[in-house]
Amino acid sequence: MKKLAMLCAATALTPVGAGAAELEVTHWWTSGGEAAAVAKFAEAFNENTEHTWVDGAIAGGGGTARPVMVSRIIGGDPMGAFQFNHGRQAEELIEAGLLRDMTHVAEEEGWKEIVNPPSLLEACTVDGRIYCAPVNIHSWQWLWLSNDAFAEAGLDVPANWDEFVEAGDALREAGIQPLALGGQPWQSSGLFNVLMATLAGPEVLEQIYGEKDAELAASDTMARVFQAAADAREMAQGSNVIDWNQATNMVITDAAGGQVMGDWAQGEFAVAGEVAGEDYTCIPGLGVHEVISTGGDAFYFPETGDAETEAAQDALARILLNPDTQVAFNLAKGSLPIRGDVDLTAANDCMKKGLEILEAGNTMPDVNMLNTEDTNNQLNDLFVEFFNDPSITPEDAQERFVSIVESAE
Amino acid sequence: MASGRPIQLFRNMTAKIAAIPMILTALVIFVGGTAWTVVYSFTNSKLLPRANFVGLDQYERLWNTNRWIVSIENLLIYGICMLVLSFIIGFVLAALMDQKIRFENTFRTIILYPFALSFIVTGLIWQWLLNPDFGVQNVVRGLGWVSFEFDPLNNSSIVIYGVLIAGLWQGTGLVMVLMLAGLRGIDQEIWKAARVDGIPMWKTYLYIVVPMLRPVFITSIVIIASGIVRVYDLVVAQTAGGPGISSEVPAKYVYDYMFQGQNLGQGFAASTMMLLAVAIVIIPWAYLEFGSRNRG
Amino acid sequence: MANPATISTAVAGADTLPLDGPQGPRPRPRLSRRNIFIYGTMLVVAVYYLLPLYVMIVTSLKGMPEIRLGNIFSPPMEITFEPWVKAWAEACTGLNCDGLSRGFWNSVKITVPSVFLSIAVASVNGYALSNWKFKGADIFFTILIFGAFIPYQVMLYPIVIILREIGLYGSLGGLVIVHVIFGMPIVTLLFRNYFASLPEELFKAARVDGAGFWQIYFQIMLPMSLPIFVVAMIIQVTGIWNDFLFGVVYTKPDTYPMTVQLNNIVNSVQGVKEYNVNMAATILTGLVPLVIYFVSGKLFVRGIAAGAVKG
Repeated sequence: MKKLAMLCAATALTPVGAGAAELEVTHWWTSGGEAAAVAKFAEAFNENTEHTWVDGAIAGGGGTARPVMVSRIIGGDPMGAFQFNHGRQAEELIEAGLLRDMTHVAEEEGWKEIVNPPSLLEACTVDGRIYCAPVNIHSWQWLWLSNDAFAEAGLDVPANWDEFVEAGDALREAGIQPLALGGQPWQSSGLFNVLMATLAGPEVLEQIYGEKDAELAASDTMARVFQAAADAREMAQGSNVIDWNQATNMVITDAAGGQVMGDWAQGEFAVAGEVAGEDYTCIPGLGVHEVISTGGDAFYFPETGDAETEAAQDALARILLNPDTQVAFNLAKGSLPIRGDVDLTAANDCMKKGLEILEAGNTMPDVNMLNTEDTNNQLNDLFVEFFNDPSITPEDAQERFVSIVESAE
Repeated sequence: MASGRPIQLFRNMTAKIAAIPMILTALVIFVGGTAWTVVYSFTNSKLLPRANFVGLDQYERLWNTNRWIVSIENLLIYGICMLVLSFIIGFVLAALMDQKIRFENTFRTIILYPFALSFIVTGLIWQWLLNPDFGVQNVVRGLGWVSFEFDPLNNSSIVIYGVLIAGLWQGTGLVMVLMLAGLRGIDQEIWKAARVDGIPMWKTYLYIVVPMLRPVFITSIVIIASGIVRVYDLVVAQTAGGPGISSEVPAKYVYDYMFQGQNLGQGFAASTMMLLAVAIVIIPWAYLEFGSRNRG
Repeated sequence: MANPATISTAVAGADTLPLDGPQGPRPRPRLSRRNIFIYGTMLVVAVYYLLPLYVMIVTSLKGMPEIRLGNIFSPPMEITFEPWVKAWAEACTGLNCDGLSRGFWNSVKITVPSVFLSIAVASVNGYALSNWKFKGADIFFTILIFGAFIPYQVMLYPIVIILREIGLYGSLGGLVIVHVIFGMPIVTLLFRNYFASLPEELFKAARVDGAGFWQIYFQIMLPMSLPIFVVAMIIQVTGIWNDFLFGVVYTKPDTYPMTVQLNNIVNSVQGVKEYNVNMAATILTGLVPLVIYFVSGKLFVRGIAAGAVKG
């Protein structure tokens, strides 16, 4: 905290020389770990370039920040750079000519060679031109288990999803919530997508969301996933929390057996002083199919028509992918770097598992890259209803799922 | 007749000039903005508004969406309860406050202060108070009533009443203050006359004061009702629309689809339906109110 | 010339006394059944309204470990002011770690002109609508009321475009205009209906005396409508001070209001929620409206007859 405060002070005092620009960067990273991570970027930017980072943080996630970003851009008074989940979100702004083509920086720095997996850069590419700078990889396919909760119920810690489901009843008898699931809609659809990617396989998810294959969505393969989702629903009955980190906290305090959540949950365990392997267990791919999705964040750069700002934008794009900044940023954020050629010996056990899977090439695109946000929103609505209302049969839910896939673009 | 026209135009000139900001706001922002919204509700605009017309597609999808239907049902329940209860509570409190009580300023501030807090915080604090593990239920059980059950936020069928409790807490103070201002606008002579005639107090209120307060009541109704139609942050903070979708409201649908789902067309279609419902109520009212040419 | 004193005499009769108090019926002896009922009710109501505040204050004085124990009603075992210091001066918004203090003056700069201007415009609107009706006035008024029901978010983009076209996008002036516009329906309604409920004879007598539009407004209507001005101020100060959406969309980081920091403190989606800091931040942000509520109480007590005599 002190360090951050000093950094702000330093930022404020940095004299602005000729040709140097103040670059306003808008993002929604405001929690402790996130802010510490974004500070690494600002630090590197201020130290290594003549330009100054002006921070425009807005909490509340994309839903809050997005209208701000879009208003500023269509209001003709854009910020210098802004964070978006890369994927299909920014397509329209690019088509409307509101975002700057950053291909020249990408070619100069050889992004094509260093960015791993290549799908990250593809998500930034429209018509062969590169419009964004990917900065990290976040994956969803993790099962977090409380070792003590299972010990208390007299069970071994499960190694995969099926064992976990089997342990459900015993956990409940021991007065432990088997599966913690927060009430926010994105958590429900996230859980389902993880079940689909691991139990049916990543290729099924890619086929359904990427190709909008309604037939596959209606198939028996998917029916089994919906059955598994019904199991999960039963195990999640009674976990009356809303925020994802409240659900994680149930696992930390051994009130719940486990939670399916992305790698960002790690930060919560770390803050609570829990040690991987001793206090909790992280299982990638639910122990069924070791795969990680390569979603994450990226920065986009609006057209400003101002030469100084453009120079600053170029400089920022270079800094974001710089090996040193990548390590510093991702260690703070708990995410994986977007280039395989950096040294991450400081990473903890769970992160290392993720890195191994990444090196082995067991990756899949993030749902964000395949679906529009509109489709994701519809899926959120469907699954939050499904996971909270036992009267909806898996068959009904599948039917609605098929119609969402059919109507998706 | 023809010569009367310019005089008509210049009559009341000062008032017309003074009303220019209002006329501009009404025409440019409210009529213009609404028309814009309606037009774009027939498009498939996503992140940016774009004039790519798709007919009634957005409406068809809207009315086939379970969440929208649930949202409307919730708004009806919440709206009716909120309107009736805040009106009654607000009036009774204002009448009590008007009895020359001591510490009026303190009481008024106590009842009004929740209005100073944002809905986000109102939602959060009532989420705690209604939490079964450490809120009211826990305390009552601690007092010895072990079987006491009060867990509205985790029960799909009554969750909207949990939101209502918080909404009332936040909003009744303002209604009370409005009514109190109205009561203070009533001529002292009325009370004197009623006392001289020996009319009981409740009768004075019911038959003399209440009819005189009609304009203030209308103000209160509009303020409460517009707050109801736009209710959003409270639900987001208190329940996030859950459990499941059982406390969703229309304004949340609009916002979620506009900015989270990046489907402006769908959001506009939903808000057009909301505004249509409002218009259906307001236009006949305005006709009754102004058609008869009687001064309120 | 319209002499307000003669007007009030014309209305209330010759024996009007300058009253400084509430207008309800005359008070009775102290421990009457009626008084017990009134004060009893007020006390019960006060407890209901104060309970959440109690929880907020108590929570803001606890450390996080104590909050995790779970009893929200128990008083703090160890009082700490850390959360308050943090909320005011240390909490981070991204990289800027100077808490709520960062946006405080911005909020003042936004709120003062917006409240003043919106009440000025809307009170004149209400006055014109109730006393100087012109042709079509009712239609505009109906549109305004309709406008009160429009969800703000729907209007974000059209207003961005309008502000861009008149060159005010991103400036303080633009934000003030937006607040005046969105405050207009409710506040106009407030004044229009209040003026409409005043005795019409006041206005007519002044007209007979030859007073014009502005003269009547300043000399008769204003002094008589203090309570409704207070209500308008309460609504506008609260609404504008607590506004997050317009502040964040129509300005830039260096002019962000305090609520942007509050949002960032309360609304951080990832990471541990610091409930004690949240509560302290909330109370701190709410202080300005709260002070207004309390201070304006004096103006509130004045009644119509008193206003007419003194004005």
